[in-house]
Amino acid sequence: MQDWIFDLGWIIAKILVVIGPLLIAVAYLTLAERRVIAFMQLRKGPNVVGPFGLLQPFADALKLMAKETILPAGANKVVFFIAPMLTFILSLVAWAVIPFGEGLVIANINVGILYLFAISSLGVYGVIMAGWASNSKYAFLGALRSAAQMVSYEVSMGLVIINVLLCAGSLNLIDIVEAQRDLWFALPLLPMFVVFFISTLAETNRAPFDLPEGESELVAGYFVEYSSMSFALFFLGEYANMILMSSMTVLLFLGGWLSPFDIWPLNIIPGPLWFIIKIMLVLFVFLWIRATTPRYRYDQLMRLGWKIFLPFSLIYVVLTAGFLLMTDRLPAVILS
Amino acid sequence: MLEALFFYLFSGVMLASGLMVVVSRNPVYSVLFLILAFFNAAGMFVLIGAEFLAMLLVVVYVGAVAVLFLFVVMMLDINFAEMRAGFQKYLPLGLVVGGILVFELVTAMYGDAFSNASLPMASEIANTTQLGGVLYTKYAFLFQIAGLILLVAMIGAISLTMRKRVGVRRQSIAAQNSRRREEVMEIVKIPSGKEKRKDDGVNINVDAK
Repeated sequence: MQDWIFDLGWIIAKILVVIGPLLIAVAYLTLAERRVIAFMQLRKGPNVVGPFGLLQPFADALKLMAKETILPAGANKVVFFIAPMLTFILSLVAWAVIPFGEGLVIANINVGILYLFAISSLGVYGVIMAGWASNSKYAFLGALRSAAQMVSYEVSMGLVIINVLLCAGSLNLIDIVEAQRDLWFALPLLPMFVVFFISTLAETNRAPFDLPEGESELVAGYFVEYSSMSFALFFLGEYANMILMSSMTVLLFLGGWLSPFDIWPLNIIPGPLWFIIKIMLVLFVFLWIRATTPRYRYDQLMRLGWKIFLPFSLIYVVLTAGFLLMTDRLPAVILS
Repeated sequence: MLEALFFYLFSGVMLASGLMVVVSRNPVYSVLFLILAFFNAAGMFVLIGAEFLAMLLVVVYVGAVAVLFLFVVMMLDINFAEMRAGFQKYLPLGLVVGGILVFELVTAMYGDAFSNASLPMASEIANTTQLGGVLYTKYAFLFQIAGLILLVAMIGAISLTMRKRVGVRRQSIAAQNSRRREEVMEIVKIPSGKEKRKDDGVNINVDAK
């Protein structure tokens, strides 16, 4: 009986060790976004609250918590409040399988990458439910756009993941990273790396694919009716998803916690730190793209997803498989 | 002990949500309960050690199929009173179909249909590998046929919904990209300090030609 309680406590402690820093990272990602975009646009950004504006995220959080929660007339109460919670929960549960270093993972499951893919494909429910429950045209239009967009880009993301799996020979995230010890998959699969990164932009509804919340035509899209904490949950969920997608990119293509070269000054930096540095680099590109690219038109977005990425990644699967077979490099799998 | 607890949790929630799918007044609730049922089915797959099938169930049914269900149900303009009337009308039919299914399940359980099948033995090899090993060797043709059936369904759906409309303004990316500078723009030098007048021979209007 005591063992059982100890195990449970150990699991909860591990979860807290991941979730705590994650939430702080989300808070500072919002600040980093505003500062980075400000510098790119020759502004200063928020620099008043605390040194360099470092306390700004906490001021924002306190402000949001102090606001009134508004339930729009005609809204579906239950679904209206479940939607932001669902978005936030889904952005957190995926972290259960992310390995931060060798063996540093909450749950080392055999189908880790499929789990990540499944959880990220569920993110669309928070959006659809919010759009439907708000009883507002703008929110509903935003939700419809988002649903179509996320479903479309998942397809090419799945095919890109198949490319990586062909090279790694395992669905386990730790095995996938270990397979990149000699060569990160970003190099041999460079086109797929680019496709995957652009698909993650679409999957997280970020610029230039932020049509679900296109403020010029939909005010704010699916969360237009939300205020206070329920809005904050959407906000946190979106940024936590960005970090999650970046870490997925790092695990699949940039060698996870491995150092770029196994030589002296680089390999004394511990693995988790490498992992965080790489995630930050990918996140910086997210912000960079937001500051520099205009929003896509909806038909162009669909064309890119279905007519360019899908055939391209499908052909690349065949090419990768053919190349691996020809050069006899298919990862060995023991059957029976 | 813990496994049994989770089994009853998953199966209980699954049965309850399955019931709610049928009796919910709001069709959107029905779809949401259906999704909950899918989730619990995935949980049961995990309990018997079929984690690959569990993830596949979530990715395919919850992540793609149910999204489209929800999409369609939300877009429909549904008359609730009419649906309630339909419930009464189709109840006998539903009961008959349900009864047949229950009968089949019971006969299968107490007959010998399941006696040869047993739960896969726990082994060192991940069940993804095991599944792939038989799917692409022993059942390769069946797998191909399943793929073909899906392809036919896909083409059928496209051919049913596609219609050529005339007078639609479309963007032709290829035509846009193949435009050359000489064809679309012209640089005109205009002497400064001269007004646009027809009679002094300076043609400012580029489109005039």
